[in-house]
Parts: sequence; structure tokens; C-alpha cells
Amino acid sequence: MADPMRIRANMAGDKVEVRVLMSHDMETGQRKDASGAVVPAHFIQNVTVTHAGKTVLSAQWGTSISKNPFMHFRFKGGKPGEKVTISWVDNKGERRTDEVVIGGG
Amino acid sequence: MDIRRRGILKAGGGTGVLALATAAGLLRPGAAFAQQWNKAAFETKSVADTLKALGGSGSTESAQIQITAPDIAENGAVVPLTIESGIARTQTIAILIEKNPNTLSANFEIPEGTDPFVTTRVKMAETSNIYAVVRADGKYFHAVKEIKVTLGGCGG
Repeated sequence: MADPMRIRANMAGDKVEVRVLMSHDMETGQRKDASGAVVPAHFIQNVTVTHAGKTVLSAQWGTSISKNPFMHFRFKGGKPGEKVTISWVDNKGERRTDEVVIGGG
Repeated sequence: MDIRRRGILKAGGGTGVLALATAAGLLRPGAAFAQQWNKAAFETKSVADTLKALGGSGSTESAQIQITAPDIAENGAVVPLTIESGIARTQTIAILIEKNPNTLSANFEIPEGTDPFVTTRVKMAETSNIYAVVRADGKYFHAVKEIKVTLGGCGG
């Protein structure tokens, strides 16, 4: 099981500003290990962010997103105390879901 | 930076219960992923092919798309990119890296109510043009920026 995401969600004016740092190797499938064997690709493919039952951002990623992916975006309609939920699933079917409570500005 | 990261790390500790529930099959996060992964688009090797795989036939260059990124990236493994679209009804923002082994890096779906703005970090194999491709109201627009890479971030 992958480590928890580190998520921050804070009000910025009337919008919620979300920053998330995920813990994932994001192997490209092109790197070789010390013995010369190719390290198989292992990377997050889908990310979904929801708030109050509504998707506020979804993404499809390839292997060229950096290791321990970072993402920053803003959405309208959230209030302090409400929850933002972020899920990812990778190419091996591993998945992780974390949530955070929206903080004041 | 480090101190903040520690703080967030601690805050994240409480989410383990949810993870256990997920592992036990009590929650089905898969249900949240309505969209599938566009394998064909992520296997493309040129900007034109990627655009086609994403469903566009052509794209217009637009000054309303801003790519904020360093001109020179010392470490190609971690290149910060911010893309902001000023085009009304922006639906998706895709990041394409022309000279990477696979062109498409990411495709973000922006629902109504979410700013057409996203920041992430990408890997670049070598100096290359970065394309930000925006779909707005069914039409495709793009902006391009060259980033020089001192040390590539893909092979190893």
C-alpha cells in the first residue's frame, strides 16, 4: 500500500485552492537497474478529485509525470469544514484514496 | 518547504482507516473512475498523432493559454509546469512534450466550476517544446514553450 497523499485544501477568496503531493515511484519502463534489466513501468494512470459528490478535477497521466507527483488547482463551491477526496489508480491496479477538510483562507 | 511537508505528513496519518476499508473491498474507488485511460493517446510519438488520439483534427495557436515554466531546467526529472487557459468553456488541458519517448504527459478534465488552471511536475528526456493543448467548446487550441534541459530525466 502506497503512503498517504499529502493534501492541503484552503479557501482563497471564494475558491478552494488544492495542493496534493502523492507518494509514487512513477517508473517510466525505460530505466534499467544495476544489472541492466529494464525496470517495468509503474505509474499512476487516473486521478479523480471529488467534493460534495461532484468531480472537481480528473486527470489521466502517462509515465512522464515526475516521481511523487504534485498537483495544484482551484475550484469554486467549497466551504471550510467540507471534505475534498482524492483518489488515484495506477497501471498495476493499485489504488489509494485520501481526503482532507477544507481550511480557512 | 521541509517543515511544511512534515506537517502534512502527520496530518495524512489519519487516513489509514479509509485505506484499510478500501483494501477490504468495503469501498469501491474504481467506481469513481468513470473515464478510462486513453492508452492509444499515451502511446503516441508525435504532437500531431497525440492531437488525433485525443479527438482533435487540428489546433489553433492561442495567446490566451499561458505556460509558466523555467526556460532552463537543470533536472529533467522534475520540471514544474503551470498551465492556465483564458479561453471560455475550457474542458480539458493536455500536456505534450514533443521529444519525450511518448508525447502525451497528462490530460486534465476541467469541469464547470473548476478554474482552467493546473500545476504539476513532469519529466523531460531532453530539451524540447512543451505543448499545452486546450479543448474548449469542442475546439482545440494550443500554446508552445521551449524548455532547455541540462540533465535528462527519463533514461538512467
